Amino acid sequence: MNAMELLPKKLLSRPSAQAVVLIAYALVTAASVHLLTKSVTAFLLLLASLLLLYYTSFSNRTKWAAGAALIFLVIPLATSGGPAYQSYMEVATQSGIYIAMALGLNIVVGFAGLLDLGFVAFFAIGAYTYGIFSTAQANHFIPGDLFPLSGSSFWLFIVIGGFMAALFGVLLGLPVLRVKGDYLAIVTLGFGEIIRIIFNNLEKPVNITNGAMGISSIAPPTAGGYAFTHPNQFYFIVMGLLVLIIFAVGRFEHSRLGRSWKAVRENEIAAQAMGIPLIRTKLTAFAIGASFSGMMGVVFAAKQTFIDPSSFTLLESTTILVMVVLGGMGSVPGVILGAALVTILNLQVLTEVTNWLNQLTLQGVLQVPSALSPSKMQRFIFGAILILMAVFRPNGLIASRNRRVDPPHLTAPAPKAVVSSAVSSGTIRGTKEGGMLR
Amino acid sequence: MEVILQTLPQVLIDGLALGAIYAVVALGYTMVYGILELINFAHGEVFMTGAFVGTTVLLVMESTGTTAGLPGWAAYLLILVTAMLFTGVLGVGIERVAYRPLRKAPKLISLISAIGVSFVLQDLVRFIAELTTGNYIVSGTTLFDKSLTVPASSAVSWLSDASLKTNTLVIIGVAIVLMIGLDLFVNRTKWGVAMRAVAQDRETAALMSINVNKVIVLTFFIGSALGGATGVLFAQQYGTIDPFIGFILGLKAFTAAVLGGIGNIRGAMFGGLAIGVLEMFASANLGLLTSGSFGAEYKDVFTFLILIFVLILKPEGLFGKALKEKV
Repeated sequence: MNAMELLPKKLLSRPSAQAVVLIAYALVTAASVHLLTKSVTAFLLLLASLLLLYYTSFSNRTKWAAGAALIFLVIPLATSGGPAYQSYMEVATQSGIYIAMALGLNIVVGFAGLLDLGFVAFFAIGAYTYGIFSTAQANHFIPGDLFPLSGSSFWLFIVIGGFMAALFGVLLGLPVLRVKGDYLAIVTLGFGEIIRIIFNNLEKPVNITNGAMGISSIAPPTAGGYAFTHPNQFYFIVMGLLVLIIFAVGRFEHSRLGRSWKAVRENEIAAQAMGIPLIRTKLTAFAIGASFSGMMGVVFAAKQTFIDPSSFTLLESTTILVMVVLGGMGSVPGVILGAALVTILNLQVLTEVTNWLNQLTLQGVLQVPSALSPSKMQRFIFGAILILMAVFRPNGLIASRNRRVDPPHLTAPAPKAVVSSAVSSGTIRGTKEGGMLR
Repeated sequence: MEVILQTLPQVLIDGLALGAIYAVVALGYTMVYGILELINFAHGEVFMTGAFVGTTVLLVMESTGTTAGLPGWAAYLLILVTAMLFTGVLGVGIERVAYRPLRKAPKLISLISAIGVSFVLQDLVRFIAELTTGNYIVSGTTLFDKSLTVPASSAVSWLSDASLKTNTLVIIGVAIVLMIGLDLFVNRTKWGVAMRAVAQDRETAALMSINVNKVIVLTFFIGSALGGATGVLFAQQYGTIDPFIGFILGLKAFTAAVLGGIGNIRGAMFGGLAIGVLEMFASANLGLLTSGSFGAEYKDVFTFLILIFVLILKPEGLFGKALKEKV
């Protein structure tokens, strides 16, 4: 390699240079989003600065701070003002909701290795929990005309929704988790369908869910007289929750529990032999994964102000699975990337391409039959992604890595005399290279 | 109670027709599972493709006037065989593209690939149907649509008469022929022996000079052809088909396979019939039994509950052998 090629590489490995590039990139894309008022491309490029941030070699604390600055300041500021402000914020909010759900499913599928094909059921449970109690719907089965609850109860319901979803996760898990691998997939698939059918028909004997009509005029959240109704306001709720969830997932992953999940995934029998309580470990995975989904369900219900069973179909469950598989099962940054990509593909790219093709058809340049319109081809695209990822890249876009072990950190607590004598006599060196530390 | 007894003949007839369909589809699941220990999620979609191929061939023959000179049974046989060949080849293709590269991969990965195949097939069929007819819901013509009456009331006074489409008889007949044929094939022929050997222990079978890949391909061909044939029977019985019929039906057929003990061919046949009759019974009587609170719309829930109970209480099924996992 000659010097010309080496120079940028060397430069880019320095954090200061990375900072300059990142800031310049964020500024340029932010400015272009601001100036080119309706450009989806510019918006996507701005979002990519978060990905760029992930690949820098800053310390974790710096990354979190920079990420927070990007999410809470740069992105809202850059997009505000233009006519597409609300639609950008809508996309970002939806992405946030799906990222949280994908992170939940990632705990179940990625960490604990339990394939759950009915994951959207937990989302539905969260959404219906808030929907039923924040409208007059609950009066049908609770006497006393206490409802609807006001929008200020939303904040409490985020917790309640998460709790309800976790409860159902445990209720489903208790009988089902004795079943292995592929059976589990089928049973959870059935569970997702059962929940949907029940929500679709539970307007009699007691009207709980209002059946296929759905629940409308759900109260928007309020805080001290301030009502959240627009996507740009929900953006902050979702991103705030998301930051908490990502933080929680990071803590869980490297905790004792997280390591037990991975042990169960790798080999159930070996894990059990090492003293890991199988059912309890799996149940916590189900419950924690479900609770993220339930919380976002509450947010979703409040944002849409209308829910009906058609939002919670198998296609949704599969979409979330595609996000996890595409990003990389068990890899938190991967899943975030996968969820963002799939949501943006769904909401922006497919609709844009469809509009463009429609225009071409109108102008008579090209005849595209409506059967082939890309916005209808989600199943095909998602199916193809699943097959291709499974066959060619089963680890996903960003493969999960075990946390790197810091050798001095490991050797430090060992008794000093033994280590030094062992090192001096040369016996420990071999194990250090080949064995524990790798 | 009397009403339930009165409708029993009709429930039994409809249940057996549906059950025969479930049984033959369940055979496809059980054969593939027996050999690869993989749930072929795409099998429901293979069934659906068969329904579309059969209907298409019939519609094309009608528009070209080929059926005019042909007796009904010959046309029926023709669409059955075409659909079986097509779906058989489709099944082999699916195996080659989506399952074979993953044979050594973890279970989870091949399951994901299988779900992918099922989605791709649904959409492919949807846009081919939509492209050619403008609508993805297709109605075909029924070849045997005469209605018979079963005079149950004259035999036993408290039963009421049941009506019966001639096609129902055809379904049950074809299903029995297919099932007996498969049973003979697996138990009496050389290839059947090879198949059972591979199912028992793939590596040892390979050492006994059995071509494992060929056996797997054959399994997929036969299983998928059976699925495709059922698709034709289904389309003939119910008239209207759409690309999404395979999914729920596949799930129920899988329930049937599990009920009978997965990997067990005779068990799958029994399970299919049982699930069909139970489902029809539930759909006719759930409303009566719960005095109107829960109606026929819960019949799918009912089937899934059966699946969950079987998996919890007797995961090896009614006729399967319980296996201990080896370390």
